[in-house]
Amino acid sequence: MILTLSWLKNHLTTNANLTKIIDKLTSIGLEVEGIKETNNSLSDFKIAKVIKVDKHPNADKLKLCDVSLGKDKIIKVVCGAANARNGLITIYAPPGSVIPKTKMKLKVAKIRGVESYGMLCSESELNISEKSDGIIELKNTEKDIGKNYFKSSGEKSIDISITPNRPDCLGIRGIARDLASSGLGRLKKQPSIKILQKFKSPIKVSIKKEKHQGCGIFGSVYIKNVKNKESPDWLKKRIISLGLKPISAIVDTTNYVMYDLNRPLHAYDADKIDKEIIVRNSNIGETFEALDNKKYKLQNNMCTISDKSGVLGLGGIIGGTRSGTELSTTNILLESAYFFPSSIRKTSKSLNIDTDAKYRFERGIDPDSVRLGLELSMCMILDMCGGEASKFSIAGKIKDTRRTIDLEIEKFFKVIGFSITILEIKKILISLGCSLKISGKKIKVLPPSWRPDLKEDVDLIEELIRIKGFDKISLIHPEKIRSKETLNFKQKLFHLSQRAVANKGYLEAITWSFTDSKIDKYFSNGKKDIEITNPISSDLNVLRQSIFSNLIIYLKKNQDRGYLDVSLFEIGPTFSGNKPGDQQTVIGGLKSGVTNRKSWDSKARNIDVFDIKADVTKTLTELGINENDLFISDKTPNYYNPVRSGSVKLKSENGIQLAIFGEIHPGIISNLDLKEQNICGFEIFLKNIPEPKRKYRFEKNNYTVSEFQKSERDFAFVIDKDYKAGEIEKLIRGADKDLIKNVLIFDVFEGGNMPEGKKSIAVSITIQSMEKTLSEKDINEVSQKIINIVKTRTGGTIRS
Amino acid sequence: MVDLRELIQKVSQAKSKLELQNLKTQFLGKNSQINQEFKKLGSLNENDRKILATSLNNEKQKILDAINNKFKELEKNEINQKLQKDKVDVTLPGRERPNGKIHPVSQVIDEISSIFSEVGFSVAEGPDVETEYNNFTALNTPENHPARDMHDTFYLDDNKKILLRTHTSPVQIRAMLAGKAPFKIIVPGRTYRCDSDQTHAPMFHQLEGLHIDKNITMGHLKGCLDYFVKEFFEVKNIRMRFRPSHFPFTEPSAEVDIGYRLENGRIIVGEGDKWLEILGCGMVHPNVLKNAKVDTKKFQGFAFGMGIDRLAMLKYGINDLRSFFEADYRWLNYFGFDPLDVPTNYRGLSR
Repeated sequence: MILTLSWLKNHLTTNANLTKIIDKLTSIGLEVEGIKETNNSLSDFKIAKVIKVDKHPNADKLKLCDVSLGKDKIIKVVCGAANARNGLITIYAPPGSVIPKTKMKLKVAKIRGVESYGMLCSESELNISEKSDGIIELKNTEKDIGKNYFKSSGEKSIDISITPNRPDCLGIRGIARDLASSGLGRLKKQPSIKILQKFKSPIKVSIKKEKHQGCGIFGSVYIKNVKNKESPDWLKKRIISLGLKPISAIVDTTNYVMYDLNRPLHAYDADKIDKEIIVRNSNIGETFEALDNKKYKLQNNMCTISDKSGVLGLGGIIGGTRSGTELSTTNILLESAYFFPSSIRKTSKSLNIDTDAKYRFERGIDPDSVRLGLELSMCMILDMCGGEASKFSIAGKIKDTRRTIDLEIEKFFKVIGFSITILEIKKILISLGCSLKISGKKIKVLPPSWRPDLKEDVDLIEELIRIKGFDKISLIHPEKIRSKETLNFKQKLFHLSQRAVANKGYLEAITWSFTDSKIDKYFSNGKKDIEITNPISSDLNVLRQSIFSNLIIYLKKNQDRGYLDVSLFEIGPTFSGNKPGDQQTVIGGLKSGVTNRKSWDSKARNIDVFDIKADVTKTLTELGINENDLFISDKTPNYYNPVRSGSVKLKSENGIQLAIFGEIHPGIISNLDLKEQNICGFEIFLKNIPEPKRKYRFEKNNYTVSEFQKSERDFAFVIDKDYKAGEIEKLIRGADKDLIKNVLIFDVFEGGNMPEGKKSIAVSITIQSMEKTLSEKDINEVSQKIINIVKTRTGGTIRS
Repeated sequence: MVDLRELIQKVSQAKSKLELQNLKTQFLGKNSQINQEFKKLGSLNENDRKILATSLNNEKQKILDAINNKFKELEKNEINQKLQKDKVDVTLPGRERPNGKIHPVSQVIDEISSIFSEVGFSVAEGPDVETEYNNFTALNTPENHPARDMHDTFYLDDNKKILLRTHTSPVQIRAMLAGKAPFKIIVPGRTYRCDSDQTHAPMFHQLEGLHIDKNITMGHLKGCLDYFVKEFFEVKNIRMRFRPSHFPFTEPSAEVDIGYRLENGRIIVGEGDKWLEILGCGMVHPNVLKNAKVDTKKFQGFAFGMGIDRLAMLKYGINDLRSFFEADYRWLNYFGFDPLDVPTNYRGLSR
């Protein structure tokens, strides 16, 4: 909403200066977004002189112009106008300026390979006239070069952001009323109208009684023998200050009243109306051409203003070209109606039309302002264009839906924290237009017809504190008391795993929860896409089913920037369906490249499944899982390399899946065309991490260590190549649970002098007793047990 | 007598441990001169024997000391020589150690949680996919309410019943329906709006706060946010103003601005003369409480919502919102936080 001081003063008697008004507006909830000189958007346009014109190297019709802005300031502009020539004085629009006609913001742009800093303008582009062939030719002299072309009116305009609950403040009078209420002046009375309206409007208006009728009341006045013309300067200025283009006295009047009183109107060329006005619902397939020069095809039940020949316009949204006024119009019909917000909203949404009238009607127009709107617009038009006005015709009637609100005085104290007197309540609410009935500590309040937002007592409390000022509320410092733990187990897990993984050299990324279905497919195990109906772009069209879908895209981008050895991770949701709750929190990471890619003393080595395995198992133990409970299986989803990946389960093959790790399937990597193809990934499923039944401190009870010598024995077994190292380890541990303290596989090899299909596994075993120093004999016994169990269970033999 | 001086001289000239060993055998061994002298002792009378023995022992000790000292000296030289050979160029790079980082948004969530934890808030969560009811209707934003226009919503079904939450406020509804008043929660989380340009991302992070109890007033709301803002920006004095505003789910509603000034193009929060909007808040609308089955006769309270990404940008001087979500290796390294840098109250929120 745009406001100028002089316009405000039409409604408000005040001595306050601009700064005071701005501060007050903001403090009563009418947020000032900016102050600018009226025409500020036009102050960018400078008078300039073309001093040199060259041919564009790549385009016949374009020219390269050197444009002087005076004081040796020369700018290069690409221009297509035939009349661009040496010595021409014209108008220059710099980068950043907004072209009034197209509302396009200019940028420095390459035009056919040559940079252009801004443009030279035609009259049509500046909304000066319709003339669009060639750039403006000014008669100004050298001394004007560099000056603003548009003269500022000198008045500042205030840009206010109006919240959707305050339709009344979409009119200047509403803003004036709020300011008056807050003590910044006095609201002026609307001048009374005395016009002789002798004859009845010849155009009959009826509102069809039907279900979903979107119009409640339709007031109109017929004015004959007007002489439409350009608006006088004062009106033009106001229309321009709103950022609108003056069109004609009649159209400007309707816009003026809309902004003045928040009362949208529509003017018809009465001679173009076929007999009568019928306000009725549309039938599917009906069409009409609207004032935005677009043809709309209507659905059922859209509120139309029609005549005998068909649809003239959409009530409260947009008028049609068929009945539009022109400078030649002599008889007009002015409409001032009330349309229901939900109907307006439905229609405008489905047809995707946004107009000032629609914006106001969907927020709620004062239903009692029908007559006032007619009066003001009629007076203005008679004043400017002459003519004779009919009596008002008011069709329809709407119920007063306002309800009396019961306000208890203590409620203010209860919600806000301090007391207010009845006197203050009375003063504020009455100044806002409410009617009050006070009985003791209870007040019955009837809100004014222009405040559809006032429905219950808290709404009134807001009004009271808004006008009194939020700064009057004294703050109560919070108490530092905690009765509940801040985080639950899963939340703690989230934070712990995040830092645990970062601590292993991964950079935390946050990527969108949606992704490209083409990438997501690689990682979704064949599951259906979870589509977004209105994606922001076609490559962000589904919810991600894997943390890898986006991460691998960004890994690729980093590789493309030349960073090949990158470890990224993200912790966040992955989705399994489109219902609330079809999601889980996954921490996933990708690691690409080589360790010691360039090192003065170490050999470069591709990172591989064992790097990522270490990251995963270490993280899981940090999350509180006993290392011995981690069961490593080689079954993994198809986006991992099937022979170089594993999953971590709790305790056994059938245990709950804690994590998956491994090298990403080379097929995916080559499809995505990644520069560095050596990529490993992991996923940890936080929901599967079990919550311990008791705190860890209770897990650690009897601290006992052996006082006796430990022994280490190394064994090498020859076993079938496919036999898993993990199982051997488990077997050995089980050979003597008391004495075998640790089992470490330290060498594996096949080939060489190994028989075909066999491999050698070397194990270092720590043997220690809690009770005594083991003799050579004891140790040999344990060794024998180990050799026997390996032999009987795996067929493996000890290597001599 | 032994020529002590000569012997010690020889010892001192020894070039190696081996030579010294030989000298030791020569000077102190079985066939050494001093040993011969000792043998003579038996033939002397007691008095002479005592005198000679003492002097011989003295001499022997002196030789021994000289040998030992020389031995130590040689050994030291030997080590030093060996060390000289082992000398490395310590200015060469140390071995690679991977360096991970925490994303600024995560760090700021930790900071915020720590601040609110101190005054008794606990963390609640809700799903990213929400029903239209929880996201709008239950929050007193019925269908056809113009406030819905302010939320460009991503939908997951054609009937527009399932959507990506446009704010964290639906978690208010979930939390209240799932428990019993009083409630004192914060909700950090991902939120979505189909809006994308330089200053808007289709996904961003919000922090919701909700405090419902008996007799919670706007004074408490002001106090809570005043506490938060000062703790978060780690500044004692911050100008703050509450401006009336409108959100369908709070009444009265306010927006909060804080003071700042510009210093070398960077925003310095505190007592500057400019205002910066940082959050929206208000007293929870009775309709919302009713929809969440809270007894409005007994309970009332406040709610607030703020953009976490923006708070992170403000506090850490990050200019571009879009860069938060681009996973650029260089950016993450530059703006990311060391994983050991966990925000706490007692060690300080930030370094």
